[in-house]
Amino acid sequence: MANVKYMGATRVYAKGMPPAVDALDLVVSDGEFMVLVGPSGSGKTTALRMLAGLEPIDRGHVEIGDRDVTSVPPKDRDIAMVFQNYALYPQKSVAENMGFALKMQGVPKADRDRRVAEAARLLDLDTKLLSRKPKQLSGGQRQRVAMGRAIVREPKVFLMDEPLSNLDAKLRVQTRSQIAELQRRLGITTVYVTHDQVEAMTMGHRVAVLRDGQLQQCASPRELYENPVNQFVAGFIGSPAMNLQTVQVADGGVRLGGSVLPLPGAVRAAAAKADLKELTVGIRPEHMHLVATGADVTAELRGEVMLVEELGADALLHVRLSEGGTPVVARTEGRRPPAQGEAVTLHVQTQDIFAFDPSTGARLAD
Amino acid sequence: MSAVTARRADVGRSRAWMGTMGWGVLAWVLAIAFFLPVLWMAITAFKPESAAETWPPKFVFSPTLAEFRLVLSGAGPYLTHSLVATVGSTILVLILGVPAAYALSAHPIRRWRDGLFFFISTKMLPIVAAIGPLYVLALRTHLLDSTTLLIILYTAMNLPLAIWMIRSFMLEVPGELLEAARLDGAGRFREMTSVILPVISPGLVSTALICVIFAWNELFLALNLTVTSAATLPMYLISSVPQEGLYIAHLSAAALVASVPVIIVGWIAQRSLVRGLSMGAIK
Repeated sequence: MANVKYMGATRVYAKGMPPAVDALDLVVSDGEFMVLVGPSGSGKTTALRMLAGLEPIDRGHVEIGDRDVTSVPPKDRDIAMVFQNYALYPQKSVAENMGFALKMQGVPKADRDRRVAEAARLLDLDTKLLSRKPKQLSGGQRQRVAMGRAIVREPKVFLMDEPLSNLDAKLRVQTRSQIAELQRRLGITTVYVTHDQVEAMTMGHRVAVLRDGQLQQCASPRELYENPVNQFVAGFIGSPAMNLQTVQVADGGVRLGGSVLPLPGAVRAAAAKADLKELTVGIRPEHMHLVATGADVTAELRGEVMLVEELGADALLHVRLSEGGTPVVARTEGRRPPAQGEAVTLHVQTQDIFAFDPSTGARLAD
Repeated sequence: MSAVTARRADVGRSRAWMGTMGWGVLAWVLAIAFFLPVLWMAITAFKPESAAETWPPKFVFSPTLAEFRLVLSGAGPYLTHSLVATVGSTILVLILGVPAAYALSAHPIRRWRDGLFFFISTKMLPIVAAIGPLYVLALRTHLLDSTTLLIILYTAMNLPLAIWMIRSFMLEVPGELLEAARLDGAGRFREMTSVILPVISPGLVSTALICVIFAWNELFLALNLTVTSAATLPMYLISSVPQEGLYIAHLSAAALVASVPVIIVGWIAQRSLVRGLSMGAIK
């Protein structure tokens, strides 16, 4: 049971290169499931490895359970890590793999066996598998053994580095919920790295979004979705991604799709204050509602359907708006999507429109 | 039209077939060329001395084990010396080579390149250049004509190659595995013995086999530094070379006796040898 604190933690791989992790400040509270998410090269894995002690910390500190562990070797940090490729010892049986850390701690054999069996039960690992070698297991089973190896130690913190990326899509969704559920049950502080924003949103209590080694925003999944601090977070979180278009400021709003899209007063004020002639507006696909053409709504966007992606429950329409620009994606109910080439009208509610400074990407908000 | 295409396809196929056959023939010719002397030796070993050196060679003769009886009656001590020197030095090579390779791979020491180059540089000096000092050293330490001396020298002879080989196997061990071991609380020693060694065991076997073969076949050092109480099998072979008269059958029998252990070892360990030597190639 412990919290985790990054305090200005920095990692520079080579002199003259920008830091892989740049002055990271992040607090993970006791029992929390924290997801670090970002595109590749964002420093999320480096941040995790700094916490594990596998990567030196060039500046700043890392604390586990209010103890400064910046220069403590990995084995004394009381942590367990699940690696992306599981890193199971190929010549050891499943039971030996899971019990290795305990053996290193000098835990007696009987005790070890009991704890391994318990972890196996917790993970629904058949006891028959305990005597097998990792090579004889399926990908999903290996993943669970890797989890088991972490659980058996009863560490203060779990570290997970993209543990689901080697599983097929269906198993990944299943395992995703199992890991989240297990974490809630064990209540062990967890730091989880992924590049998959769906994983981040579904699993984490809170999600920290990183980009180029810098923390962009750390908040609950809902908060990230509803209140992204900048264009990067807005575009990264949510699937399909938010439509982002840089458009001219007009009286009362912005010009888009042949009409003036009204913006809230606070946003307009912020734009005026910064003296912006252009804004980047962001609208999530699920907030673009199809309306009957000619219906009497304000802020309607007219365009032509370029492509229809059927997902079953719903369909994604790629629509080219009447004043050009890159096509926007709208999510619509899947039963009767408009056909390709059909003219459509989309309606967006004012509170669903995000506006960003096109040069800095910062959110313009109230 | 289709007939033309078919004929073209035929030509192509027969060309491909010719190519395959050409390589096949070449491979067989080479293999036979390499194997023929060995075969000749094996056949001659079973001939009576009178039938051994005749021209044209006799292919019909009554095989006899007489020469083998003769060889084995005198080979006893040589065989023992060879075994002691080979097994002893190979064990020593592994004991010393594994930690050395570990220090040059998993957690490389400072200036590991220099270390690595130093090891291999010892193989560049012609051994003849060192025989004088070695002789004096052996004389002063009273190790001349002893298997202890051979064990030490064969270890020194094989160690550089063994370190290079073992190191290359260790480099193949995925980094995550070592990191997992570090997190699991394994120190350097446990990391080496419980994590790395099991993974590279096929490579270790092939390294050991190569050391065995080199030590078993070594002649120069043994010839110059031993006389009787440590003389090895290759020396026995030399002593079987006829000074005068016809002792070809005897020599062949002795050579066969000396070769058989290496051939058997190689045969048994074929798979692990190939696996070890190609460990880096296949992931």
